[in-house]
Amino acid sequence: MPETLVTIAYLAAGLLFIFSLAGLSAQESARRGNLFGMAGMVMAVLVTAFGPRVDSYTILPAALVVGGAIGALLAARVEMTSMPQLVAALHSFVGLAAVLVGMATAMDHSTALYGIEARIHLTEIFVGVFVGAITFTGSVVAYGKLQGLIGSKPLLLPGRHVLNLIAVLGCAYLGYLFVTHSEYFAPMWPLYACTAIAFLIGIHLVMAIGGADMPVVVSMLNSYSGWAAAAAGFMLENDLLIITGALVGSSGAILSYIMCHAMNRSFVSVILGGFGAEEGAKPGGASAQPAGEVKSVTAEETADLLRDAKSVIIVPGYGMAVAQAQYPLYEATKLLRDKGANVRFAIHPVAGRLPGHMNVLLAEAKVPYDIVLEMEEINADFDKTDVVIVIGANDIVNPGALDDPSSPIYGMPILQVWKAKICVVMKRGMASGYAGVDNPLFYKENTRMLFGDAKKMIDAVLTALK
Amino acid sequence: MKLAVPKECRPGERRVAATPENVARLIKMGFTVAVEHDAGAAASFGDEDYVAAGAEIVPDARAIWQTGDILLKVQPPSMHPALNVHEADLIREGGTLISFLYPGKNKDIVDKLAARKATAIAVDQIPRITRAQKMDALSSMANIAGYRSVVEAASFYGRFFTGQMTAAGKVPPAKILVIGAGVAGLAAIGAARGMGAIVRAFDTRPTVKEQVKSMGAEFIELNVAEDGEGAGGYAKEMSPAFIKAEMEMFAAQAMDVDIIITTALIPNRPAPILITEEMVKSMKNGSVIVDLAAENGGNCALTEPGQVVERHGVHILGYTDLPSRLAPTASLLFGNNLTHLLADLGGASHFHLDLADEVVRGALVLRNGELLWPPPARPPVVLPPDPKVTAKPVAVAHEAKAEKKSGLAGSIMAIVGAAALVGLGLVAPPAFLSHLTVFALACIVGWQVVWNVTPALHTPLMSVTNAISGIIVIGGMLQVSGPPTSTITILGAAAILLATINIAGGFLVTQRMLKMFRR
Repeated sequence: MPETLVTIAYLAAGLLFIFSLAGLSAQESARRGNLFGMAGMVMAVLVTAFGPRVDSYTILPAALVVGGAIGALLAARVEMTSMPQLVAALHSFVGLAAVLVGMATAMDHSTALYGIEARIHLTEIFVGVFVGAITFTGSVVAYGKLQGLIGSKPLLLPGRHVLNLIAVLGCAYLGYLFVTHSEYFAPMWPLYACTAIAFLIGIHLVMAIGGADMPVVVSMLNSYSGWAAAAAGFMLENDLLIITGALVGSSGAILSYIMCHAMNRSFVSVILGGFGAEEGAKPGGASAQPAGEVKSVTAEETADLLRDAKSVIIVPGYGMAVAQAQYPLYEATKLLRDKGANVRFAIHPVAGRLPGHMNVLLAEAKVPYDIVLEMEEINADFDKTDVVIVIGANDIVNPGALDDPSSPIYGMPILQVWKAKICVVMKRGMASGYAGVDNPLFYKENTRMLFGDAKKMIDAVLTALK
Repeated sequence: MKLAVPKECRPGERRVAATPENVARLIKMGFTVAVEHDAGAAASFGDEDYVAAGAEIVPDARAIWQTGDILLKVQPPSMHPALNVHEADLIREGGTLISFLYPGKNKDIVDKLAARKATAIAVDQIPRITRAQKMDALSSMANIAGYRSVVEAASFYGRFFTGQMTAAGKVPPAKILVIGAGVAGLAAIGAARGMGAIVRAFDTRPTVKEQVKSMGAEFIELNVAEDGEGAGGYAKEMSPAFIKAEMEMFAAQAMDVDIIITTALIPNRPAPILITEEMVKSMKNGSVIVDLAAENGGNCALTEPGQVVERHGVHILGYTDLPSRLAPTASLLFGNNLTHLLADLGGASHFHLDLADEVVRGALVLRNGELLWPPPARPPVVLPPDPKVTAKPVAVAHEAKAEKKSGLAGSIMAIVGAAALVGLGLVAPPAFLSHLTVFALACIVGWQVVWNVTPALHTPLMSVTNAISGIIVIGGMLQVSGPPTSTITILGAAAILLATINIAGGFLVTQRMLKMFRR
């Protein structure tokens, strides 16, 4: 196959990837979009395999088949609640692959480059390996945290910002040595050393970030894996890799931006980590102590409230995912909808541990997507709602974010559930949320607390409803 | 512990202190409940409903007053017309009474109860604090009175509330002025708005403006600055200058509106006269005034408590039994208030009057005949300043600063970026620059495309980008053509393996997820 045909095929594959992402703009076109992506990938792999630069077919098919089988197995087995872990694991593979490709390219001396071209080539390798290495270990740690293998509390080393800075400066110096070498072939040791340091940076960076900031971390790593692929594209002079990497990189960057925006925090402050652990986070003064009294209800009383309600909004949080409460929840939803009540779901952008995580879990429980609404779509409807059910969510419904400037989450956009006539909050206990802030919502006049495991409680409500 | 619910004996009183629904809850709390024969009849609750809820029916008044440990009543005890004996004398020695009592003006009843060594809890004396809201029967009744006042007004008003455009012609909407935006006033606003009238409201406390607006009424403001907020959220008396401005405004409004609903009360004082005879004269024929302050003398000079009178072509309603006119709901809410109170006092098993409890101390008039009312004054609570007021300017200042900063940072970034591009253009080889072009354009395309992705599909977006970032497989594929044992080949093969996991895993899991999304 001539080189030009390969180039055209790459262009087509690049366009297919763009269509693939464009397809995700609506549920109706999403599946077609995914098929576009698959087609693009198959085309890219085939033309590369039969292109002019590949002429050995012993290892290649074996690696493809084994990798493909492992991937298919993972995809078929994964629980939807474990999607964040899977996504983190997949990021780590891209990161590691980028490191391996970078090293292999650095060792490959088959094409001789001179002068500035050589310098640029080495810089590309160096950047690709650096970003790939951070992505790899960062994703591994993120996986560990999401899977519960590592505690989700942020690990805060003393002087961690200084440590990061020293590490980055060290890598920059190593990069300088690597690029401006005076020998015939570039020495490999600065690259190895930099990889090791970048591994440590990746670990340290993600260790310092707490559980509920995971949506940002995962999308950030998504972005990094894209930039790593783009860097690989530069070093291999391959436009398809560059295009794809840029697509993935921007996608991750946008997701990180959306997540940060939804938490009213700057990207830098999330990445530097340690949220919720600062001593200053405790709201000071008596005025911050929520006044009023906590009123608890039983599952039967909740069922009574629901039976009389004409409009109901359900606000799920990570607690719902942990308890796997989405199935009985949809049973209850169906029951109420059959009775003519308008039941809808309200999703906060940072609910769960992955952007859009709640939507997937609800979809898994067969909740029709047109009753699952975003925060902006539904926030104005709360005051026209009879009953709001909050399941395992806390900070995203904390009124302190709106009216208490001393609250660490002040300014974060939230679901204004207390505007409904009655708001039932299902929770295991009175513990504060991830941000460590007491929630004035629990003390509001129209709030009722339903204490217990989310799934058991919903089951009980469902039984009472029947 | 036995609760007893007598039939209200005051003429015209239709409420009952506990509905069958309340009885069922009280029994769940461990009480036994006795109800007088026909106690709920006027509020549409039959004896059989009470029996079904678990109560015992007692045939006559004397027996019911004697059986209960705790008597639950709506009205203060009064002369029983059938037995010709005062109810307070019927209570058994050392018994407990929970009802409206108004100890300030019912000294004689309190004395009678004290003579019986009774314990008396006046629900009208429960302090207005957040914790006690669920027991606040005055608010429950005020809410009902407000609603009912509009219904009564509508029945005397000869026109539509809502404006209509019919084939036969146009009908203008009714204009209603609500004076006093407390619980009753707000309920009246809500009911009147619900029926389609144009509603204006006035209150001396500017803090209620937001509540008035949230109910859909227009808030009338005077040009005199004075806050009428007194202790406990009630209004206080205003300065002469304020009152003058206020009266001028009422005079002007009287000529314009069709219905006036007044709810102005100042604790422990006769109700202020706000609508003078002159104002009534100036109102249109057929207008209606509902005076919710009638019991305390009325806000209108011509109000006759308990009566409906027509003066100068205006109906003036001085009903003092508005809650009783909505007896089933009023009984239910009053019963709920009592149920909450009993739950707070420890229920049947731990019933205890804790004098350290602000709510109990406030409402406890007699304890075993000992007079405990009025409670000792509590130091006024100093409220923290409204955080919103102080916070806003600060936040705005921050934003302004941030904006300036980002503007400056933006221009610096642009200059640095431009310089870097020029530098690169001077030294970089053309091949690199063409790749850079592709990269920059792809970034922009990606940015545009991804912003269009619906947030509900962000997880599939992540998994599909995961899959396509497996394109790095090409990097590995270009390096496996060497000898199978060379380091480069091994590294390349490993990269292919990892990237393929991504490709297959990413696409397939996306497909699996997308299949689940259904309408």
